[in-house]
Amino acid sequence: MVGGKRIELKGIPVSSGIIIGKAHLVDRSKVKVPLRRIDDNSVPYETERFKKAVEKAKEQLSELKNRLPDRLKEHGFILDSYMMILNDSMLYDATLKKIKEEKINAEWALKGSFEEIKSLFSQIEDSYISERINDVENVVQRILRNLTGNRHDDLSNIKQKSIIVARDLSPADTAGLNAKKIMGFVTDGGGITSHTAILARALELPAVMGLCSVTKQVEDGSVVVVDGDTGKVIINPDDEDIIYYREKKSQREQLRSSVLKEAHLPAVTLDGYRISIMANTEFLNEVYMVKEQGAEGIGLYRTEFLYLSHNGFPTEEELFEDYKRAAQAMSPDPVIIRTLDIGGDKFKDKLTISNETNPALGLRAIRFCLKNPAIFRDQLKAILRASAYGNVQIMLPMISGLNELLDAKAIIKKIKDELKEKGIPYNPDIKVGIIIEVPSAVMIADILARHVDFFSIGTNDLIQYTLAIDRINKEVAYLYDPFHPSIIKMIKHVIDVGKRNSLSVALCGEMASDPLCVPMLIGLGLRQLSMNSRIIPFIKKLIRSFSIQDLKKDIEKIMELTTPEEIRSYLLRRMEEMFPEMGILGEYFYTRAG
Amino acid sequence: MEVKKKLRIKNELGLHARSAAMIVELAKRHNARVYFKKGEQVIEGDSILSLLTLACPKGTELEVRAVGEDAERLVRELSHLFEKGFGEL
Repeated sequence: MVGGKRIELKGIPVSSGIIIGKAHLVDRSKVKVPLRRIDDNSVPYETERFKKAVEKAKEQLSELKNRLPDRLKEHGFILDSYMMILNDSMLYDATLKKIKEEKINAEWALKGSFEEIKSLFSQIEDSYISERINDVENVVQRILRNLTGNRHDDLSNIKQKSIIVARDLSPADTAGLNAKKIMGFVTDGGGITSHTAILARALELPAVMGLCSVTKQVEDGSVVVVDGDTGKVIINPDDEDIIYYREKKSQREQLRSSVLKEAHLPAVTLDGYRISIMANTEFLNEVYMVKEQGAEGIGLYRTEFLYLSHNGFPTEEELFEDYKRAAQAMSPDPVIIRTLDIGGDKFKDKLTISNETNPALGLRAIRFCLKNPAIFRDQLKAILRASAYGNVQIMLPMISGLNELLDAKAIIKKIKDELKEKGIPYNPDIKVGIIIEVPSAVMIADILARHVDFFSIGTNDLIQYTLAIDRINKEVAYLYDPFHPSIIKMIKHVIDVGKRNSLSVALCGEMASDPLCVPMLIGLGLRQLSMNSRIIPFIKKLIRSFSIQDLKKDIEKIMELTTPEEIRSYLLRRMEEMFPEMGILGEYFYTRAG
Repeated sequence: MEVKKKLRIKNELGLHARSAAMIVELAKRHNARVYFKKGEQVIEGDSILSLLTLACPKGTELEVRAVGEDAERLVRELSHLFEKGFGEL
């Protein structure tokens, strides 16, 4: 079993990590399709057979879905899309039609429909879409196996811990797998966006794909080394390989586990400055998880979900419940609630009325709320009521001038009076801040500062508005750049104004989770960042490797540079010096499970 | 009732498996029939495979047409979905 020639292959690394283990070769040949002509009388029989096979496939898939381990639940959509394909008119109706009109058996008719779909898909240039023909094929194979009575060989009954080697794996195969017995994946086909790759990353199992013919080179039970960082696969490794990869594996694991272990510790720079790290959240459910990731509060609580998932509008009571729970879960840490940040076009009853040509510059966020005081009041009232249950703060989006801020504050004041009169508890000293995301707000930050408790810089929109770039427009999207000197100067201006007025200044855009931006932001004087919670442990680790004194010197240099390219390459160079672990941890910063 | 609207695909990945599946799910929750038009090509919105064969990258403009009693709500929810970039934005 063991032994044999050493073979080194190079494939596409799709899920990081290193493993050394025994190969489990999955042999899955395609079902042979029996082709028969039938007579009129057999049409109902063949039709029935086909319907039953599809029905059975649906049951099998939904059982697989139920068996998905909890951490893979979000990938259930893959199986949902399989079930959708089962009943898709291009497959289902087309097959029934062929049975009836061409008088052929169900297998043949199904194969015919599949060939038609395949030829349509082969004309699609976007490989991400055309590759989906593999999903269709998988569904078709499943129906065929049900028709012909062939068994499914899934990965649920593997006895020994092994590395799965296969031509290709379908989500249906991987959904049934016993995660405890599987060390990683190696396949002939597939790529970074394939479902197996997504699953492998979710399970944190190393995987290399696109190896072309690994299934022909590996024998069942051979020892295999898989390096999911570089894409290297070694069959029958020699002693030297084993020593090298064991060492690399343990280095990696130590680093990673130390990062996660330190997640709950504060992010303190080498020279002793503490940076407060908070989380951006979209749903109430996330709130419960962010503490584990080391978040010290919620710096941006988005509130759109309840409105968009609703047919009408959520009631004040529903909003209150949601905010109250978030406040209680995080207390005593802050929950900074951003008031509704969507456009009015979404709520128009008559769709024909307004189709804004430029919604980013249209009636949205605070503008929409001030125009629809009833909606705004319900939300503010809910927030104020929730403020009795924790450290709740109000954050107003898209403020472009003083009047918007004063109008919003007047409404808040009125609601406070009302609550007081009725004896409903709320925090009378609730903090009210604004998101600085419109260039005009940057320029008058000193005026706005006198009327707020904090600023939070929303860089996503600030970049879009400052550089006059519609991110949706492919022609100009390349110009969208957080390293544009204008953006850096704006951020600096807001921080400086905040300092002069003793206001806290945070940043809640994507820049806060970009490892190249973070040292720059801290050097500019930011002491509070809010980001996607998953990245928090790594950003904390990064911050612990800087000294603010050094970063300040870097900023002096950066302020003299003139183009985004120069600034980026300067930061890259510094990053290599300050944080050499970036090479190993880089994937955590940049992989976003797709 | 018939409702028409132009929708633009805003998410990075374009109309791919997940987003197409979301459209089909939405279509199935309504009684109205829904059609998508891209250039001269018209397909029905309850077929994930047809939606995929439209091959729409980010930025594509589609005309949606819904016919049936709840057409208006269907189109409204569809535009939310497009606007939110199918949860990617």
